[in-house]
Amino acid sequence: MAKSLREIRFGCDVLIIGGGTAGCQAALTLGEHPSVSVIVAEKANIKRSGCLAAGVNALNAYIVPGRTPEDYAEYARNDAAGIARDDLLLSAARGFNRAAERLESLGLVILKNRDGSYAARGNRNIRINGENIKPILAGAVSKLENVRVLNRVNIVDCVADGENVFGAVGLGVDEEILYVFEARAVICATGGASGLYRPNSPGFSRHRMWYPPFNTGAGYAMGIRAGAEMTTLEMRFIALRCRDTIAPTGTIAQGVGARQVNSLGEYYEERYGLSTWERLRGAVEESRQGRGPCYLRTRGITPDQEDQLYRAYLNMAPAQTLKWLESGSGPHESDVEIEGTEPYIVGGHTASGYWTDTGRRATLRGLYAAGDVSGGCPQKYVTGAMAEGEIAALSALRQVEGDLTPRASRDVLGSFVENLRFNVESWLGRDRAIFTADDIEEAMQTAMDRGAGGISSGYRYNNAQLAQAGERIEALESLAGDLRAADMREAVRICELKERLLLCRSVIAHLGARKETRWGPFADHADYPKRDDENYLKFVNSRMINGKIEIIYRDIARGREVCEHSNRP
Amino acid sequence: MSIRIDPDACTGCGLCASVCPGSLITLEAPGGRACIRRPGDCWGCASCLKECRSGAISYFLGADIGGDGAIMSVRDEGRALEWIFRRRDGTVLRISVRRDESNAY
Ligand SMILES: Cc1cc2nc3c(=O)[nH]c(=O)nc-3n(C[C@H](O)[C@H](O)[C@H](O)COP(=O)(O)OP(=O)(O)OC[C@H]3O[C@@H](n4cnc5c(N)ncnc54)[C@H](O)[C@@H]3O)c2cc1C
Ligand code: SF4
Ligand code: SF4
Repeated sequence: MAKSLREIRFGCDVLIIGGGTAGCQAALTLGEHPSVSVIVAEKANIKRSGCLAAGVNALNAYIVPGRTPEDYAEYARNDAAGIARDDLLLSAARGFNRAAERLESLGLVILKNRDGSYAARGNRNIRINGENIKPILAGAVSKLENVRVLNRVNIVDCVADGENVFGAVGLGVDEEILYVFEARAVICATGGASGLYRPNSPGFSRHRMWYPPFNTGAGYAMGIRAGAEMTTLEMRFIALRCRDTIAPTGTIAQGVGARQVNSLGEYYEERYGLSTWERLRGAVEESRQGRGPCYLRTRGITPDQEDQLYRAYLNMAPAQTLKWLESGSGPHESDVEIEGTEPYIVGGHTASGYWTDTGRRATLRGLYAAGDVSGGCPQKYVTGAMAEGEIAALSALRQVEGDLTPRASRDVLGSFVENLRFNVESWLGRDRAIFTADDIEEAMQTAMDRGAGGISSGYRYNNAQLAQAGERIEALESLAGDLRAADMREAVRICELKERLLLCRSVIAHLGARKETRWGPFADHADYPKRDDENYLKFVNSRMINGKIEIIYRDIARGREVCEHSNRP
Repeated sequence: MSIRIDPDACTGCGLCASVCPGSLITLEAPGGRACIRRPGDCWGCASCLKECRSGAISYFLGADIGGDGAIMSVRDEGRALEWIFRRRDGTVLRISVRRDESNAY
């Protein structure tokens, strides 16, 4: 029977898409300006949504005494082998400590030294109990009077006319509702993207991945469709993780000083270097050359250290503690096997995402980006996502208070609403379809795995493989239009699939456009195995024009504190 | 890795369903028992376990990632979270993690 969607409309000054780390901090910032009306649209429930759902281990980005934001920017730029924006790194780094203090004032437990300063873990981290970090942030947001939180609203598209963004359209996750938002400013904070590539354990435990499987790249896709410029999508993030549980390794490595060893018992890290991608390359190369599996050498740690590891993992990746306990052999008896994950697109670790100015304005008027979805600013993590949420919120505030952005003409808004209604009602109305969203998702992950440098190809690809993967993804994009949805959850799943497919297409275009190998496995182009500073010490950016992904190369402006767009449409 | 909901212990309060970041849990009917429709979609974040006041939810590792049939549940004790592990042979182990203590690492 044909189903029809009920339409609900909202108007506000600022719409925040995604109530995760960056979205919550944007809301808290705007909460200090009660005359501005704000809506947070979140596909799950802000209490435990996004990256912070399971808890986190530390605040990875903090300026410890004796260090400066400039030091941090230099570190992050070097780790990215030069492909990062100084203005973005500096402005984020200047906000790290304020974000940490805000979290503490809301109730986050941070380990302190005797003198009251935060206890550092290494040069840039501070130690916390991060189990309840998300409920703490979300609790503060729900107290704000001018901020309305709408949980279980999945945003599908920004309403845009190619130059301006006027709002967004979305779907109820449980109910047959089409949501329409008109807003003067829109902040996109939907996080990064997982699930593009075949995961480590593709069977029952396919979602035991590092990055949340529910961050499907919606924000990238809506920006790409709206014509916003994206940067560095080729810099994939591949994490080095504990085998099977995909739990973080840094806690073990830094916590008990465990080093990596190969199956011959040789310590190999120094041979490869110590940047994020070099550490990964070490484990990948050792295995490739027949010296795998690789481990973190934990054997011999004390029972007390073991107990502390159990606790630390319960606060952020409980699967790992369960694994140790059920195997009957904890880390003081057995080394911990490590492996690389499938690639993710995540601007909080690498530099993939929206191309913005220093104020986190995207290249469309009225659109801002913060957190993992925002590009050019790697290694920003929790505190950097918050810093960007604050920067984006203040930019949006200035826009809202200053000019009166024209509201969408009825035509633009109407066409987005009708288009979404048409698609969803046809999925819901179909009695049967040959394929399911799961089938197409699996086909997409296989195509990316084989042709665009997934786990099975050792993260390496060449032009011929990229072309093949690109063709396959385009074919799957057309199949994704003919699916059937039994209910709204399945309709949302089809939207998620379409987001991932479009992002795959963009990633493939970016991988092909960087004709060099700069960051080892992050973008390992077999036809161009060397780093080429002469031609590629620049950003690879892209925009979708008439349905095609067009590449734009942009120079790296060193040492600039502020960058404005010279590239607005 | 995924979760299992014990229908006899579940009171149908719906808290787990409201917090799951993947909206994976549904109530059979309003006020009815909670169930996870696609257990393989679970991320393993443990949010639902922490939310459940009835101890109805437990957590296990899939056999494909080395799971051996042990299950884990968690009890909110206010100032601490108590994690309870039950091995397949019936042995039980408890670890209590205080909320006001930071990670040692
Ligand atoms: C497992 C894990 C552990 C980590 N550990 C640490 C750590 O110890 N220390 C550290 O500093 N950093 C850590 N990080 C990194 C850090 O957590 C992230 O970089 C940061 O939280 C990203 O914030 P965000 O706001 O961009 O994304 P998120 O916090 O994930 O927020 C995105 C939000 O958008 C919502 N959303 C997505 N799509 C839509 C849509 N279509 N419509 C509506 N809403 C949508 C999501 O549900 C989510 O709530 C970790 C990350 C992960 C994944
Ligand atoms: S563990 Fe997390 S992802 Fe899995 S069902 Fe519970 S809340 Fe959802
Ligand atoms: S939280 Fe526990 S009691 Fe409440 S619905 Fe979920 S499983 Fe049932």
